[in-house]
Formats: sequence, C-alpha cells, structure tokens
Amino acid sequence: MDLLEYQGKQLFARHGLRVSSGRAVTSVQDAVAAAAEVGYPVVVKAQVLIGGRGKAGGVKLAADEQETRLHASNILGMDIKGHIVRTVWIEHASDIASEYYASILLDRSAKKPLLMFSVEGGVDIEEVAEKTPEKLIRHHIDPLAGLSREEALQVARQGQADEDILEGVADALLALYEVWLQEDATLAEINPLIVTPEREVKALDSKVSLDGNALYRHPENQSLSDSENEDPLERRAKEEGVQYVKLDGNIGILGNGAGLVMSTLDVVAQAGGAPANFLDAGGGSNAETIKQAVDLILANPAVTAVLFNIFGGITRCDEVAEGLIAAFGEIKPTVPFVVRLDGTNDAAGRRLLAEANLPNVHSAATMNEAAEKVVALAAGGGGS
Amino acid sequence: MAVLVDQDTRLAVAGITGREGTFHTLNNRAYGTNVVGGVTPGKGGQDVEGIPVFDSWAQAMDSCEPNTAMIFVPPRFAADAILEAAAAGVALVIAITEGIPAHDELRVYNTLRRDHPGTRLIGPNCPGILSPGKANVGIIPASFFKEGNVGVVSRSGTLTYQIGNEIAQAGFGCSSIVGIGGDPVPGSSFVDVLELFQADPQTDLVVLSGEIGGSAEEEAAEYIQQHMTKPVVAYIAGFTAPAGKQMGHAGAIVSGSAGTAAAKAQALEARGVRVGRTPTEAARIAVEVLGGAAATSA
Repeated sequence: MDLLEYQGKQLFARHGLRVSSGRAVTSVQDAVAAAAEVGYPVVVKAQVLIGGRGKAGGVKLAADEQETRLHASNILGMDIKGHIVRTVWIEHASDIASEYYASILLDRSAKKPLLMFSVEGGVDIEEVAEKTPEKLIRHHIDPLAGLSREEALQVARQGQADEDILEGVADALLALYEVWLQEDATLAEINPLIVTPEREVKALDSKVSLDGNALYRHPENQSLSDSENEDPLERRAKEEGVQYVKLDGNIGILGNGAGLVMSTLDVVAQAGGAPANFLDAGGGSNAETIKQAVDLILANPAVTAVLFNIFGGITRCDEVAEGLIAAFGEIKPTVPFVVRLDGTNDAAGRRLLAEANLPNVHSAATMNEAAEKVVALAAGGGGS
Repeated sequence: MAVLVDQDTRLAVAGITGREGTFHTLNNRAYGTNVVGGVTPGKGGQDVEGIPVFDSWAQAMDSCEPNTAMIFVPPRFAADAILEAAAAGVALVIAITEGIPAHDELRVYNTLRRDHPGTRLIGPNCPGILSPGKANVGIIPASFFKEGNVGVVSRSGTLTYQIGNEIAQAGFGCSSIVGIGGDPVPGSSFVDVLELFQADPQTDLVVLSGEIGGSAEEEAAEYIQQHMTKPVVAYIAGFTAPAGKQMGHAGAIVSGSAGTAAAKAQALEARGVRVGRTPTEAARIAVEVLGGAAATSA
C-alpha cells in the first residue's frame, strides 16, 4: 500500500524524523488559510502516487497569498500521468544547504532490510547508483539485531556526510528504521533529506509503502492510501475480497490462482488480444464468489468478451459452473463467454454448462484454444 | 527417491483442528502420507479422526517424533508456529498459510538461519509438496500427477497444476512437485530446490515455473549454469503485468525495470535454459528434451 507524500511525512513525524510543518488541503480557500498558518514562503505540492510531479508543474513556491491562490488553483485538478490531483500539501518552504538521500527497503535477495544513503540526493537515485555507485552506500541491517547508533554513524561517515552533522544524519537514519520497523513498511524513502543552513537535518519528501498483510497491527493506518484516485472497480473488488486489477483491454479474464491468471493474461496477449483485467477468484471459490466476479468484470464497459480459465485444485469446477449459471440468471450478460474447465470435478462442471445451454457461452478444451476463441469473439464486436 | 517428502515423512500439522486444516490433513493421509499428529494450543488430548492433537510442538515431538510440519494456522500466528516447530527439532516445515506480514517472514527466515540451521522452510503462501506415489503434504490435487522423472518447482499453485497436467498427458510423471510460494521472503528459493533435484536420482529434468517480481529466477539461472547437469525448462508468468501493480501474490509486483518477465526469461535463456512462452509450450519442450526417456521411466 503506497502512501501519499504527506501521509508518509506524518508517519515520519510520529517517529521523530524532522519534517516541515504543513497542512493537507483540498480547496484553494483552505490552501490560502493553511499557507497563512504555516507562514510564507510556502511550497504548494500535488499529492499523487506518481513520480515527476515537479516537472509536470505540480510543485510550486508561493511568496504570498496571491501566488498561493494561483498555484493551488492550477495544481488542484491537474492530471499528472493519469493521476488527478485532489489534495495539495502546503508546507513552509525550507532553506537548503545540501540535499542527501536515504532509504530502507526489503531486499528480497538478501532477505534483510537494506539501508541506502547518499550525499547526492534530490536527483534520480537510480542515476547515482548507475553512474557513481561509490556514492550510494548500501548497508544491510540484521533484522534480529536492528540498527545500532554506531552502524548509522558509520553509514553517514562512509557516505561522506558533512562532519558537523554526522549525528543529525544518524538520528534521521535511526528514525527512518523505526518508521520501517514500527509501521511494517516495505519501503521508506527520503529524497531529498536536506541539511538547512542552520544545520538541521529534515525530510523534504517521502515515499512509503506499507505491507497490506500487516495492517491488522496498525488500525490507525487503515484509512491511508490514495483511495480517491483508486479505480472504483478495484476499490469495490477490495471490499469484496477479490483480487482484481483493471487493465486497458477489452477481454475480461477470470481464473483461479494468481500464477494461472497472470499466465492467462499472457496467453491472451500472445493470441493477439488485450486483457481488460486480472481477476483471481482464489482457491476454493464457490458459486457466490464466481457470480460476484462476473458482475465485477462486466461492470467495466470496455469488456466485449470474457474468458474463464479454471484449473481446479481446491476449486471445484462444478461450483464454478453453478456460479456462472447463477450469474447468467441474474445479470444476463450480452457479451460472449469462453469457458475452459479442467481439474477437480471438471466433467461435472462441463456437463452442468452443457445442460444449462447458456446463450453465447463457448467451451474450450485447452488454455491456448480458449485464448484463441475469446480473441476472435472479442474482435467480432461482442455478443449478438 | 524424490525430494523432501516421501515414505519416511512423519507429518504433524499446526492448525489441524481448523476447518481447512482438518480437510487437507485427512486428504494427505488418504493419499498415504504418514500423519502422526497435530498441534493446536488448548486442544491437547483431543484427536482428529484418530490423529492425536498436542498443545505444543515440544509435546508432539516427545510423543510422536514428527520430521515434517505443515502450517495451517491464520497469518498472525503462523510465524510463531513455524519457529516453535523448528525449535522442537522438526527438520522440514511447510507453511501453507497465505497473508503473513513480510516483517514476520524476515524474522522467521533470519531466526531459522541463526538458531535452527537444521530446519528447512518451504513457503509460506505455497501449495505444499507432492511426491507422487509416496506422500502429499499440502493442497496439491494429487490425482492429476503420476510418478515419474520430472521435478517441478514453482512460485504458483494452479500454474503448477496446469504444467504438471500437460506433462502427465504427454505420458510423463513427476518425482516431486515443490511449491515455494509467492511471497516476498520465501523460506526456500528456486536455488535451494534445484540443488535437491540435481542430487535426486529419480529426477531427470526439472521444470521451473516463475513469475514477475524479485530476482529469484535470475539467481536460479546463474545457479543452473554453474551447477546443474540435468536439463531445466522454464516458464515465466506475467509478461503483460503493468509496473507497480500487485498481481495477486504479494511477491508479484514489478518495481522499476527489475523483476519483469522479459528480464527473467532473458536471464534464463542467456544461460542456456529453454523458456516456454506458454505453459503448454514449456511442457512440450520438457517432453521433447526427455524424448525416449519416457519408455525407461514409465
């Protein structure tokens, strides 16, 4: 679960990492009031889950009320690579002496948290890693021992942070590890971590991802995330407990098991089709789940044909067939379906479907045949 | 032979008294797996269809000496159940549970390495291990597989069934099918399981089924080139997955340029591993490579 900048900064502040005071607002009027409260000059920052906000004109400095009004009204509602800006963060502008970089992420290869630090912050860190790797310090943290003050100081020194603020940088790194640890983050990144002329070390930006599986330990974080910018169908799927990701194509996909569904998307694409969604009905999905899933797939108006690809392990093919039959009874789809059933109780499932004789439902013996059929039907302009 | 589970398996199950736990434990027993006990705190002294239940792994170890643990408890209790089984001396822990927090998985992985190096963890969020004709531990539908010489290792459950079924239809069977799970911090990696298949006399070829996210496939490619003499055929799912979107498995998310299906397929092919573009093609290549071996192994 990715957090907006200001949400991440609120978590930073909770763990003693210094940030500028600011307000998240959704209207020009509130932006002006917030600016007066935090004190001019202020920065008006678009809150969207996408990089390149600055280049898109989503981050502006305002010296007075007039400029705040102008920038807030320009930025609110702005479309940044498909993300509509609904919230801006108003914060007191910081004076900057240096821009550093710090992050902690889950290193899946090493199976340890990886702390990274560089004095070359404020820029694309991948570029630093590529061109001057010696300037990006990488330090694996032992998750059983945690991060010690000595280690943090060592990283700051190794990265050649200014002598006089080594302690301040170490404090920031320790606080960042607390954020990572206490909030069940999989990523906590600060770019830039600035040093002010007064030699304060502060987080000027934040990028935080939290582990959705650990949210039960953090009820206070459950309302975070960019729910306004979330696709309404994805939000609905989440509420219903179905794994659904909306894609750009026109072929609705349902399968059981994440791997098989990913594979189905690939096979459909190879057959020349464009999947409209990823939908994992899950292991042991029953007739009711299937009915809801059909409803969800068809709620996307772009869908012109649907593919069911089931290999039943825990999932029983007869239950899937019953769900599809029930869905046809209630929803009465107008687009063609291609159904491939294999695995547990496949014969019973196929027989149920044959007996129900649903309009415009085609069966396929293999995954490849199913993909080819559905691509042809989708191109044919849908159901008739 | 086979890998990890066979006739010598003595299985105990954490969460045996839960609905799913009971169902799959009995399924495993019906297949022929030697199920010696179960662990549910507070329910010691009870039994599940004749299988004794214990309050703790230490008690289970004293009474029935399991060498394999299957974890079926809810995510918030799973990490401690795994560590408790390891502390009691269980050599192989297979965690089926889905949805364990990543930080818990980190703690488990690193604690096992430090304190219980003799315990191997498979999973979590995996379908388990099936050695056809010998033992089944987990939720793999055994009826679709027969005994043979193909080892299968996969991050995904249903995709494994798909590939295994196609291999079976072509007349081949499997030595073992190992699901390592779709989470960011699996207890065992492709490399760990490839090593076992390389050493297993029953296995002549390995099918590796990977997916987007992480770099486990790239590490496997490196390992195969340096250490495997047996042929490996691969399949990678997720070519059409958009960056930044999680595709069901918590581990299946592409961040930046790393972890894409194309990069993984390329890494494998560059090291001489043939990669099927569809599960069907992967199975076809496997059958082609095995060629006449079918007759000798059947």
